[in-house]
Amino acid sequence: MMDYDKLISKKCFEMKPSGIRRFFDMANAREGVISLGVGEPDFQTPWNVRQAAISSLERGKTKYTANSGMAELKTAIADKIQKDLGVTYDPSQVIVTVGGSEGIDIAIRSIVDPGDEVLVVEPCFVCYSPIVSLSGGVPVPLETKAENDFKLTADLLREKITDRTKMLILPFPNNPTGAVMDRKDLEEIAAVLEGTDILVLSDEIYSALTYGGEHTSIIQIGDMAERTILVNGFSKAYSMTGWRLGYVAAPAPLIKQMLKIHQYAIMCSPTVSQYAAVEAITACDKDVEKMRTEYDQRRRWLVKALNGIGLDCFEPRGAFYVFPSIKRTGLSSEEFCERLLNEYDVAVVPGNAFGDSGEGFIRISYAYSLKHIMTAVERINDFITHI
Amino acid sequence: MDQLLTLLKENARLSVSELAAMAAMSEEDVKSKIAAYEKDGTIRGYQALINEELADKNAVTAFIEVKVTPKAERGFDELANTIMGFDGVESVYLMSGSFDLAVTLSGTDYKEIALFVARRLSTLDGVVSTSTHFLLKKYKDRGVYMDTEIDERGLIAP
Repeated sequence: MMDYDKLISKKCFEMKPSGIRRFFDMANAREGVISLGVGEPDFQTPWNVRQAAISSLERGKTKYTANSGMAELKTAIADKIQKDLGVTYDPSQVIVTVGGSEGIDIAIRSIVDPGDEVLVVEPCFVCYSPIVSLSGGVPVPLETKAENDFKLTADLLREKITDRTKMLILPFPNNPTGAVMDRKDLEEIAAVLEGTDILVLSDEIYSALTYGGEHTSIIQIGDMAERTILVNGFSKAYSMTGWRLGYVAAPAPLIKQMLKIHQYAIMCSPTVSQYAAVEAITACDKDVEKMRTEYDQRRRWLVKALNGIGLDCFEPRGAFYVFPSIKRTGLSSEEFCERLLNEYDVAVVPGNAFGDSGEGFIRISYAYSLKHIMTAVERINDFITHI
Repeated sequence: MDQLLTLLKENARLSVSELAAMAAMSEEDVKSKIAAYEKDGTIRGYQALINEELADKNAVTAFIEVKVTPKAERGFDELANTIMGFDGVESVYLMSGSFDLAVTLSGTDYKEIALFVARRLSTLDGVVSTSTHFLLKKYKDRGVYMDTEIDERGLIAP
């Protein structure tokens, strides 16, 4: 019998599976579970986008595209960044990736050497630290606080910067907290980074889902675009998760390096998805607006309802998550979620799945119909009153 | 359209406090705005959206295209008024195109509808011809899919 464990690379072997996995298995083992636990939109991909994909197949567009993506798509992406953020990228500064996920992967792997420290804003999406570790880097958590509306503050950043700091991962609008960084907040971060050699990986996958104001990117502040790798994609804005399509935009010398990893690991992003993405980015502004309006309505309802039943939450202004505190129940995040699941059949995600600083919180997704959300909140209320 | 109307159009059972939260208005404003809409007739009523296939297996619905000769001075209104007065007539629209009035009619069986067209509708003064189409299956109504959509997403995902 082979001892496979001995054969696995040490870095991979030591990598922890996502903390959500255990919960996923528990929830799946039960029947009649109402979930507020997913991280993907409930809307269908706009019909014209699906038609564009079908049409590309009918026309036989089934070959590889250029490694970095179709010229038409890269141009459309550069135009979109120019229109939304007022920052100019040449289409050659764009790589079309397999989801924002691959963008994050190639950005980290192309920059991080063994021993480099990477500052990771927490709580956050689960993939950054494992990829940093896989590159031999050292993830350094920047623990944001509820009392700061889960924003990254200049003080916190300054405190953690060392001579070995290579990169700052800035994920706003944030999954799981729903926090956003306003221009003023970003200006303070930029001021700290000025004069250093620290690069920023700005994961803005939820940028289209910003409420009560326009999304601001760190690339809009001073000369920050020069030191930023911008990651975005089609999954959240256009409800295209399964199409696996995202992009990075960055200074040309960085793109040149990232492209090497991309071409050896991926070759090119799926052609059918690229055709769909051209339609999405050029003809779906109205769909995006409609989805955002509906998310916003649910968000307002949910924040009010949760505060009403005694789960304090600050008002999230981005993504589609609410991140209420459950500290007053006296339960840990995991206890709360396990009992809610086992006793009331509602699945939400414990906050500590997104970093230790998420302890004492739960993530509730409102990527569900309002009717569904209302039923789930009723059950959560029942649970809280019976703890 | 006003956000309040959009919300009510989608779900008329939302409470005033829910509407207030969702539309970012005060409860007082929601109440007075709804009252104003009801008063000026912008809101004509509140109905449940029912899948008749499940509610009443025998129910029959027909769409009838009616060609008419408009009367001097009163145009199409007089005839439209007469038609919409009949029981079972759910909607009457004046249309552009190859016919004039589109009438939706519901009945308990085919015969009832056939008799209505033959005896009541066709015989009206001014009706030139009718063409009756029976509804076979309703896929989508007022923006809502009639078959329940299955959520294919996992229960938990990062």
